[in-house]
Amino acid sequence: MLEEETQDEVQLEYAYATFKSTRIVNTQSIENVPKKDLLFVIQHRFGRINGGIYEFFGLDYSTIRFGLDYGISDRITVGIGRSSFQKTYDGSIKIKLARQVEGQKNFPVGVSLFSQASLITLRVSEGDPDPTTQQRMAYVNELLIARKFTPSFSLQLTPAWVHRNLVTDEEQPNDIYALGAGGRLKISQRVSVNLDYMYQFNNPQKGSIYYDMVALGFDIETGGHVFSLHITNSHGMLDRYFIAETTGDISNGDLYFGFNINRVFHLGKN
Amino acid sequence: MKKIYILSLALCVPFLSSSQGKYFSRDGKIDFHSKAPVEDIEAHHNQVSSILNTDNGDIVFSMLIKGFEFEKALMQEHFNENYLESDKYPKAIFEGKIMNFPDVDLTKDGSYELEIHGDLTIHGVTKSYNMPATMERKGESLHGVSNFKVAVADHNIKIPSAVVDNIAEVVDVNVNITYQPYKK
Repeated sequence: MLEEETQDEVQLEYAYATFKSTRIVNTQSIENVPKKDLLFVIQHRFGRINGGIYEFFGLDYSTIRFGLDYGISDRITVGIGRSSFQKTYDGSIKIKLARQVEGQKNFPVGVSLFSQASLITLRVSEGDPDPTTQQRMAYVNELLIARKFTPSFSLQLTPAWVHRNLVTDEEQPNDIYALGAGGRLKISQRVSVNLDYMYQFNNPQKGSIYYDMVALGFDIETGGHVFSLHITNSHGMLDRYFIAETTGDISNGDLYFGFNINRVFHLGKN
Repeated sequence: MKKIYILSLALCVPFLSSSQGKYFSRDGKIDFHSKAPVEDIEAHHNQVSSILNTDNGDIVFSMLIKGFEFEKALMQEHFNENYLESDKYPKAIFEGKIMNFPDVDLTKDGSYELEIHGDLTIHGVTKSYNMPATMERKGESLHGVSNFKVAVADHNIKIPSAVVDNIAEVVDVNVNITYQPYKK
């Protein structure tokens, strides 16, 4: 036959779906929201599992974050959110700087920049000085560097910098530097196992009050939704909390169960 | 997602010296439509390679699955990732023959009704198809159109029950292609 005469050659093949959702578990993944799509994220995190049957293994307590992320273009996503934890508002931007590509052009990794500002609005106890709005703010900058090694295996390194305008504990620096490592392994067409870890370089209270964040999750994709079920030692779901202010001691069994629901709405034609 | 992630380039390896009866295209168009109770889905491919041999009626199509473009980026991702598994099965190939070939002379200007029979391989599963086509010759070029149906289950493409109302069991496929004489 003539088959041997038509030999297709791929010129440019960009990696797609390095992760199933915009988060690995806690940490932002390299995935953006496609252009003109709106992503509605509902994040739940319950209380500590080691609360035992009295607290129904943490399910008596729940914190929640609602988030809306919109794709201005395929490379730029902006988002807003509100967490019940510390009554925190957040705004963020994620920009794709480089994409992993093979073919005539080669680049081994995808690189994105993630920037988030957050504002705590929780009232202080009576008698304590009330911080100004500026003092209540914190900023997070992350560089997301990811590679999809095989269709089912992806890894991401995430250098992160958290700046808090005000820290209540004198021993705490305003700036925390950290390096995240996370990955996913697809175990079926629609389910993946994700691991997420964040190492802090300069937290003097690490090991006594604060710990490095660790999380294990499952992403289950059903078509329009992605469900993420996970356990982690971080109570807060925002980047400033899980990078710099994770209080769960794994050796003590301080783990939280949580789940995220991601729903995409298409607001226009591409 | 107007950007074309995949460009398929057909390389022609010079085959024997006589290639005068061969016609070639690398920008054939194939689209498919899925009509289901909840939503209509369509996808377009503009880089289909094909060779038509007017000496013996052989016809071959080859395309990269990743070249199909959808209106919604997420659909395209799911199409590749979950349904067609394009990392595992990157291409769709059709190898066929014009069955009423001796009766039509594609070397002369005019419009011809063709009956094409051949094997279509999608998602690693090969199935025989009979499809009608119309071929119009105008000077040097040949323009062909065809329409046929593909049952997704025939190619072992599984639709989970959760989205059974979103994706049709049988999709409509349209082919629209213009051939030029194959030059070495």
